[in-house]
Amino acid sequence: MNIVVLVKLVPDLVEELEIDSSGATLDTTFMRMIINEPDEHALEQAIILKEREGGEVTVLGPAIEDIDGVLFTAFAKGSDRLIKLVDGFELEVNNHALARAFTSVIRELNPDLVLTGVQAHNDLDGSLGPLVAEYLGMSYVGYVSGVTSSGDKLTVRKEYPGGLIGEMEVAIPAVLGIQSAEQPPRYVAISKVRQAMKTATIDEQTLTELDPSGGPTVSQMFQPQVGERAEMIEGDIDQIAAKLVELFGDLGVV
Amino acid sequence: MTGPMALDTSKEFLNQLITATPDGERIRLCLQCGACSGACPFGFVMKFPPHGMIAALRAGMLDTLVDTDTSWMCVSCYACTQVCPAKIPVTAGLTTRIKEEMLLAGNVPSELQDALEKAQRYDNPLGESPRKRAEWASGFEPEIPIMAKAKRPVDVLWFVGDYPSYHAGVIPSTKAMAKILQALDVDFGILGPEEVSDGDSVRLAGESGLFEMLAEKNAKAFDKYEFNEIITTDPHAFNAIKNEYPNLEISYPVRHYTQFLAERLDQLEKLMKKSIEATVAFHDPCYLGRVNGIFEEPRQLLQAIPGVELVEMAHQRENSLCCGGGGGGMWLDGFQWEKAEVRISEWRVREAISAVGTDENGTRILAVACPYEPPRFEDATKTVPGAAGLIVKDIVELIAEAMGLEG
Amino acid sequence: MGDNIYVVIEHLQGQVSEISYVMLAAGRALASGIGGELVAILLGHQAQNLAGDLAADRVLYMDDPALAEFTPDAYQLALAELIKTDTPRAVLLGDTSVGAEVAGALSVRLEIPLVSRCSSVHAKEGTPKFVSQICGGKIMAEGDLPGPTALVTMVPGDFKAEEGQSDQPAEVTSIPAPSFDDLKVTLKQYIEPEVGDVDISTEPILIAVGRGIQQEANLELAEELAAALGGTICASRPVVDQGWLPISRLVGKSGKSVKPKLFLAIGISGAPEHVEAVTGSETIIAINTDPAAPIFDIAKYGANVDLFELVPALTEQLQGS
Repeated sequence: MNIVVLVKLVPDLVEELEIDSSGATLDTTFMRMIINEPDEHALEQAIILKEREGGEVTVLGPAIEDIDGVLFTAFAKGSDRLIKLVDGFELEVNNHALARAFTSVIRELNPDLVLTGVQAHNDLDGSLGPLVAEYLGMSYVGYVSGVTSSGDKLTVRKEYPGGLIGEMEVAIPAVLGIQSAEQPPRYVAISKVRQAMKTATIDEQTLTELDPSGGPTVSQMFQPQVGERAEMIEGDIDQIAAKLVELFGDLGVV
Repeated sequence: MTGPMALDTSKEFLNQLITATPDGERIRLCLQCGACSGACPFGFVMKFPPHGMIAALRAGMLDTLVDTDTSWMCVSCYACTQVCPAKIPVTAGLTTRIKEEMLLAGNVPSELQDALEKAQRYDNPLGESPRKRAEWASGFEPEIPIMAKAKRPVDVLWFVGDYPSYHAGVIPSTKAMAKILQALDVDFGILGPEEVSDGDSVRLAGESGLFEMLAEKNAKAFDKYEFNEIITTDPHAFNAIKNEYPNLEISYPVRHYTQFLAERLDQLEKLMKKSIEATVAFHDPCYLGRVNGIFEEPRQLLQAIPGVELVEMAHQRENSLCCGGGGGGMWLDGFQWEKAEVRISEWRVREAISAVGTDENGTRILAVACPYEPPRFEDATKTVPGAAGLIVKDIVELIAEAMGLEG
Repeated sequence: MGDNIYVVIEHLQGQVSEISYVMLAAGRALASGIGGELVAILLGHQAQNLAGDLAADRVLYMDDPALAEFTPDAYQLALAELIKTDTPRAVLLGDTSVGAEVAGALSVRLEIPLVSRCSSVHAKEGTPKFVSQICGGKIMAEGDLPGPTALVTMVPGDFKAEEGQSDQPAEVTSIPAPSFDDLKVTLKQYIEPEVGDVDISTEPILIAVGRGIQQEANLELAEELAAALGGTICASRPVVDQGWLPISRLVGKSGKSVKPKLFLAIGISGAPEHVEAVTGSETIIAINTDPAAPIFDIAKYGANVDLFELVPALTEQLQGS
């Protein structure tokens, strides 16, 4: 099976996010961009499928910050081909623009299956997968946590809230939004990544334009009030218990 | 893989182990006496304890070794190396190399994988923001000089380390250390955000590539500044800079803080005016004592504290018992618990109780000199019967208290 | 027509999902702010009864066997024509495993804008606005709802589900279904969550016990409280390590991350390994004897008392209420 994995980079939430002076975008001075976590699951699922059923895995990402590191790591884990889209990428490009940019490259690759993370924490105009699928004219199923293939059909496990799984049959070619791979993403030793840096090549595809239409315009960003220390409930034991019961009521749990 | 092929791979691995490890030739001398496995705190859980690893390699069973997850019980404490009558480099060569192979084969417990990924991404295994490495020092009076800002040569570069920089349970001893250095008028500086993990524990957990990457980052920072020597809070950092960095052509004079402070005992004695009436047992950290032979300095420091009565535990000095945090053990807590259903730190706390006594009216202290230990031993005092009153403190905290610097 | 707000009702296995009511509440705020109608869109098969408590001005109901259960392409087909013809001002869908993929496809197919992760839609001086909750809830992004028709996917946030419920059934109009030939995605079956132990990561009320519980026998106190609250017991590492609760109940590093409505932490100090797995909780209430316990840094409410006194008292009051 010929599989394409789409990765995107998102701001690392370990670092404190700051809003820039315009008030409408994130300050990128100290922002660290890391691979979107569900995309790591998409990559893992792709490699699992390749190991099980043969084929080739191509990983495609925008040339932002350490995309090379992300791609070489993907190679060390077992993917076959690396492509980055160069030029014109701001750190925060919206998914409509990214989807249009990816689409032309994916078409050339003529895949049976396109996998990507089901969502990213900075999605403001929908997640990437369904947009790409529609541009490609392929079916899409998201929140997937397991894939098996038989002929020209896939059987996927789609997750619903509360642990319910919908087992769906999808005709290929298709795009899947991966929630979690069948197994947690594997570890790859740094020595293997360093090896990949020496042996693998990253193909560059140049973009002509990024068209963000289809997404909203943000006029203002703000941080929700940061958590303060707990409001302490005072009183004797019965008073505290009574106050807690009242709180449970306010929260709608009793 | 079985049959002749497996035997070949195993033999090749064994030969490579013998030739590439300093004193590796001694592996040939193994008589299978099993002393290593008896000294190993987790030898009873490992399917292939150290002597079993050698036997397995001789039998062409490298693949089996690599598939066996109980080798992750090794806490790289050097107890095996210490007792080996043939002086085989068990920890440096054998167990660390086996862990490397397991890691390459993808046999990594998820907790460890998480710590390794964090160390790779954030330069510290706790996954904290690298920008916040010196946050413990913010607002500190007088200010702690950070090399990039101080822009001047210093006498001593203090390598603070991961847990001392970030772990809430360890930061008090980091602050105590800073106050002592200031009280002694030491001309020192720290690297702050330019410092990264020393990498020794990821190396001993089989991640030699990551170790090299981290060492190179530290070397870059060391190279930028002028200083006469490095002192470390963490014995693992001390060991890395002293014994491992030179293999990567990174050479700087380095001492552990216990050595540095013991040299200034006269000065300290004059400043330690407050008495700490306590019975104190000292836990020799593996990478301070057994691996680097520093047994006296920490004891000299403790004995110099007015009021302290120093007692010894059953395992002491070169026979010290690991806290369980080495060689990746810090990041294998759940895994090792599942396998062994016991924590070495709990055994150690039992020994401490035997040494300091059970009199709840007296102050009883377990003194440590490694940042891995306070969180592990403090946890253990909550589960070991009779240990509730045992206080776990780093030597610097006790010194600072005696100097009236606490708070 | 251009001022109406459409809400796509989500339902699974014959049950309207809570997010649908939240969206009706949000849609009401927006519709009344711009002077439009609030219209619920119900897609299903023999599912008209689900319209009964929807707090909408009217309900458009499309019935077809292909809509009996959710599949993305059937929903897309069903909605595309409707939205194109009716041109409502906004179409609200859940930012869920149902709504998210429908919205994405429609945005491209109909060439209309999409705003996701919205915790609020409302009108300010007649202008429709959105507020999106991004970056793990650390950033709120606000802007004008793009036009002429905006697709909006919503997360629970500013609106309460009860506000989207009504005991006065809205008028239901049946609308014709398009042809559903040649669907590429079909539902084969539902697989229910494994029986056996509960999945704490999806439980709405969690009572979490930590080292402070001291002995296995004391778990009974927490279990009684859980029964009175209709919640589920989980634990931090020390309790699981002792074998008092199975590993499936572990919250934290090497255990599960949880996101309940209520997380009641009893005798948990709040080690980082534990804290990182509970921050997704809507409300954390902590009971601990140590006033400096870090759990109070992330809890919304706290009580600095002995759990052995408080828990029985609390259970008793809950049973009485």
